[in-house]
Amino acid sequence: MKPKISIVDYGLCNLYNVSNAFEHIGADVKIISSPEEANKAERIVLPGVGAFKNGMRGLNLRNLIDPLKEHAHKKLPFLGICLGMQMMFDISYEFGEIEGLNLISGKVEKIPDHGTNKEKHKIPHIGWNKLEIIQNKSSLQLTNNASMYFVHSYRGICANQNNLLAKTVYNGLDIASVVFNENSYGCQFHPEKSGKEGLNILKEFLNL
Amino acid sequence: MSSNIRLIARLDIKGPNLIKGIHLEGLRVIGDPNQYAKKYYEAGVDEIIYMDTVASLYGRNNLSDIVRKTVKDVYIPVTVGGGIRSIDDVKHILRCGAEKVAINTAVTKRPELIKEVSRKFGSQCMVLSIEAKKIDENKWEVYTENGRQKTGRDVIEWAMEACELEAGEILLTSIDQEGTKKGFDYNLIKEVSNKVPIPVIASGGMGCHEDLLKVVNESKADAVAMADILHYDKSSLQEIRNYSLQNNLNVRNYET
Repeated sequence: MKPKISIVDYGLCNLYNVSNAFEHIGADVKIISSPEEANKAERIVLPGVGAFKNGMRGLNLRNLIDPLKEHAHKKLPFLGICLGMQMMFDISYEFGEIEGLNLISGKVEKIPDHGTNKEKHKIPHIGWNKLEIIQNKSSLQLTNNASMYFVHSYRGICANQNNLLAKTVYNGLDIASVVFNENSYGCQFHPEKSGKEGLNILKEFLNL
Repeated sequence: MSSNIRLIARLDIKGPNLIKGIHLEGLRVIGDPNQYAKKYYEAGVDEIIYMDTVASLYGRNNLSDIVRKTVKDVYIPVTVGGGIRSIDDVKHILRCGAEKVAINTAVTKRPELIKEVSRKFGSQCMVLSIEAKKIDENKWEVYTENGRQKTGRDVIEWAMEACELEAGEILLTSIDQEGTKKGFDYNLIKEVSNKVPIPVIASGGMGCHEDLLKVVNESKADAVAMADILHYDKSSLQEIRNYSLQNNLNVRNYET
C-alpha cells in the first residue's frame, strides 16, 4: 500500500510540483479542496505561495480552516510549505493583521530590508540556504547544514522556542526554517524544489 | 555576503534540441536538453533556465514536452522563457512543472502583464527577462526577439519600472557578451543590480571561473546563468563550487 497524502487546493497556487515530488517518492497523492475530504485525510500537505491574506481567504471560502485545525489537533501528520507554513502561525502582519491557523504560537512579519551588519539586502530572500538544527526531538529527522531552496519576503517568529526545529540565517537575520507542534510541521523553504535533501524531508513526512 | 550565490544552467532550446549561439544568434546543436538538465541536476546546479529561442517565430512557447519530462527527474526550480504572452500561457507552462516564467517581448509591449502574473501566481514566479544591447557608455537598450528587435526602452529605467510592477527577479542578458565566453558586461549588471531591490541573474559571457567572481563581487549579481562553460565541458559545477568556496563566495552546500 502506498502512503496516502492529501494536498490542499485553495485556489492560490500551482500544486503540480508538490504533487509531482510526492508521487516521485512513492506516495498516493490526492488533491483536496472540501471539508469532507479534509476530514477523511490521513496526511495533509498545505502548500502555497503568495500573500497570507489571500491564503487565509482561500481556506475560509472553502470552509477548510476548522477541518485543518482539527486534523492537527488529532495529531495526524500535517505539513505546511512556504506560505502554508506561515499560515500555521497565530498572526501575520502582511497587509494589516490577519489571524492564521494558530498551530504554532508566534507571528509572521516582513523580513527587514537590511541585515545585522546594517547592509541592505535583496528581498525576497531567494536561493539555497542551510538548515541549522536547533533541536532534534521531533519524529521528523533533519540533516544539519543541508541546503534548501527558499523564496520568501516574510518570516515566521516562534513565540515558544520549543516549536523551532531549525533556523536559517540570512544576512545575520534568523529565519524560522522548520517549525513543529505535535505532529504538525512547517517548512519555510520548498522541499519539493530542494533536490535530494528536500525529497528526503518529504520521505520523512510520509513515514510519520 | 548576504545569501548564497545561485549557479544556474541556462539551456537555449530550438525545437527538440539544446543549442548554443553567439550574441543569441548563429545556432549550433548541442544535444538532448533533458539529458543535460539531468546531468546538471545530479552535479548540483541550483536552477535550470529553459529558453525557447524560436518561440517568437511561432508566436508560442514549444517547451511543454521538454519541461514535463525534465521535472520527472529534476527537483529544483525550472524557469521557462520564450514566447510567453498571457496569463493562460503562464498557467499552462506552470502545469507542465515550471516554477517560474521569464518574459521579455510580451511585457515590453504591455508592462501591466508583469503585475497580472505577479498577482495571480506570486512575484516569485515572474522573472523579467531583459536582453540588453550597449548603445553608449553606461547606456543600454532593451531588445526583444533574441536581440533582433529594438524597443527604444532604456534598460535601467525598464528594470526599475518592472520592480514597481512587482517583478520578482530580473534575468539580465547582455547581447554583446552572450556566447563570446569573454566575460559578462560588468557595468550593465552593476548598474541594474544597484538600482533594483530584487535579485538580478547575470547572463551572457561567462567563459571562466574568474568571470563568476568578478560579476558577483564587483557587479553584485545575485545569481549567475551559465551556458557554454557547462555545455562544452570547459568546467564542471563541482569545480565552479570549489573555486567559489576558495574565493570566499558562498554557494550551496552540495555533496555529489
